[in-house]
Amino acid sequence: MLEALSFEFMQHALLAGILVSIISGIIGSLIVVNRMVFLAGGIAHTSYGGIGLAVFFGLPIFLGASLFAVVAAVIIAMLSLGNKSRIDTIIGLIWAVGMAIGVVLVDKTQGYNVDLMSYLFGSILAVSSSDLYFMGATLALVVLAILKYYREMLAVSYDLEYASIRGINVRFIYTLMLVLSALSVVVAIKVVGLILVIAMLTIPVYIAQHISNSLIGMMISSSIISTIFTLIGLYISYSYDITSGASIILVSAVCMSIFGIYNYLKPKL
Amino acid sequence: MSIIEIRDLTFAYEKQIVLQDINLVVDKDDFFAIIGPNGGGKSTLLKLILGLYPIKQGSIKVLNKSPLQAREQIGYVPQNTNVNTDFPISALEVVLIGHNEGKRPFWGYAKSEIACAMGALKQVGMDSYAHHKIGELSGGQRQRVMIARALCAHPKILILDEPTASIDPSGQKEIYQLLKELNSHIPIVVVSHDIFAITQYATKIAHINKTLTMHDTHSKSSTHKDDHICEVELMWMLENSRSQ
Repeated sequence: MLEALSFEFMQHALLAGILVSIISGIIGSLIVVNRMVFLAGGIAHTSYGGIGLAVFFGLPIFLGASLFAVVAAVIIAMLSLGNKSRIDTIIGLIWAVGMAIGVVLVDKTQGYNVDLMSYLFGSILAVSSSDLYFMGATLALVVLAILKYYREMLAVSYDLEYASIRGINVRFIYTLMLVLSALSVVVAIKVVGLILVIAMLTIPVYIAQHISNSLIGMMISSSIISTIFTLIGLYISYSYDITSGASIILVSAVCMSIFGIYNYLKPKL
Repeated sequence: MSIIEIRDLTFAYEKQIVLQDINLVVDKDDFFAIIGPNGGGKSTLLKLILGLYPIKQGSIKVLNKSPLQAREQIGYVPQNTNVNTDFPISALEVVLIGHNEGKRPFWGYAKSEIACAMGALKQVGMDSYAHHKIGELSGGQRQRVMIARALCAHPKILILDEPTASIDPSGQKEIYQLLKELNSHIPIVVVSHDIFAITQYATKIAHINKTLTMHDTHSKSSTHKDDHICEVELMWMLENSRSQ
């Protein structure tokens, strides 16, 4: 493994893994406490439309996917604040339509044979320097937003109606949380792919939820747990030559099961 | 000056009229209870007082201002405190949500804010639970924390929606006892199903079922509209028959 670290692609992979783990630990916590997991899933899948768009017009992939995902997030935020009862239908729709747009655009791109699998399951070993800059910028944005709006986000996440009575701009905070989720989902696609991104956003948070007493504590512990899972997953992926995204998710799932069993048995011991 | 003054209020969702010709006044010493059947318009009235819905017909003045302008001075305790109990948040942090004005540091909470929140927790007898996770508290304890959250913003009036729903009987009594103590320096409006507690503690009782009937617990009289009879009258009859 150590000699692998001399390769640039491996250094990039490690750095990307750590950056994305921290981002998904923070944002995953927000997603879980707001019960927006399905929503984040919808945004992840619809962002394939953005990938198609970027391929078709020759734009950077991250840019296309981010724009598409952010627009989808804003639409979902507007619709879900207005009418919560239909939200699952709307998410399902956005989920599928985005992907369909992506497939059509890739079909119609001349001479481009896009590797669909790398977007579905991630391609952490193919992270470029510009990808890293994008991930770094996303992390900086996420951290800044959390620092500035932590109290509002806590209030809105805990009790939306009360927050609005206390004069907090619920619409803005809710939309901001969704937009940050969209950006985070897009960078996580590079590491684990858009199908597996939900697991990366939720498994570390599940464990962190049991050991934290505050939202910020949950964000920090999720980030650390997520980083550990990603590094172990990456190591196994390299050693046994398996897809990195799947390897990271399986490591997370095994650890979560062990934690779950331990938690279940603990009071009986 | 009255705390809340409602004149000729009529409110409808779409075309269905929920509240009709409502007139009521809450004075500064009042422990004002609102009772009535489910779907009778109690919660709607509360939401109108809180300025959550626009008023189309009639008027509501809270502290002589419109509900929206007065919102900062209303301490509100919403219904059902058993939601989100697995949320990673301490009792103290829940109370701090109530504190949303004035200067604040870039990160976290100012010492003065924490002192204020601890004061509010002390008022409801929950200061020793400040650092407990909200989900670890009992229903009654959690309700006290919600009352502290409302008190933290130094409101001029306290409004509670079904404060004793889903709380065990001894916890319910404690909540009403607490409200009675608080009532010595703050007017209280409470929506409740608990008719027994209400007739014991409230100074005025409004029965709402689209229209409103007032009951004064002191003189045991109501603004009868023909043959109005609700739980309050039944309660009074019961008391009368016992004392005879």
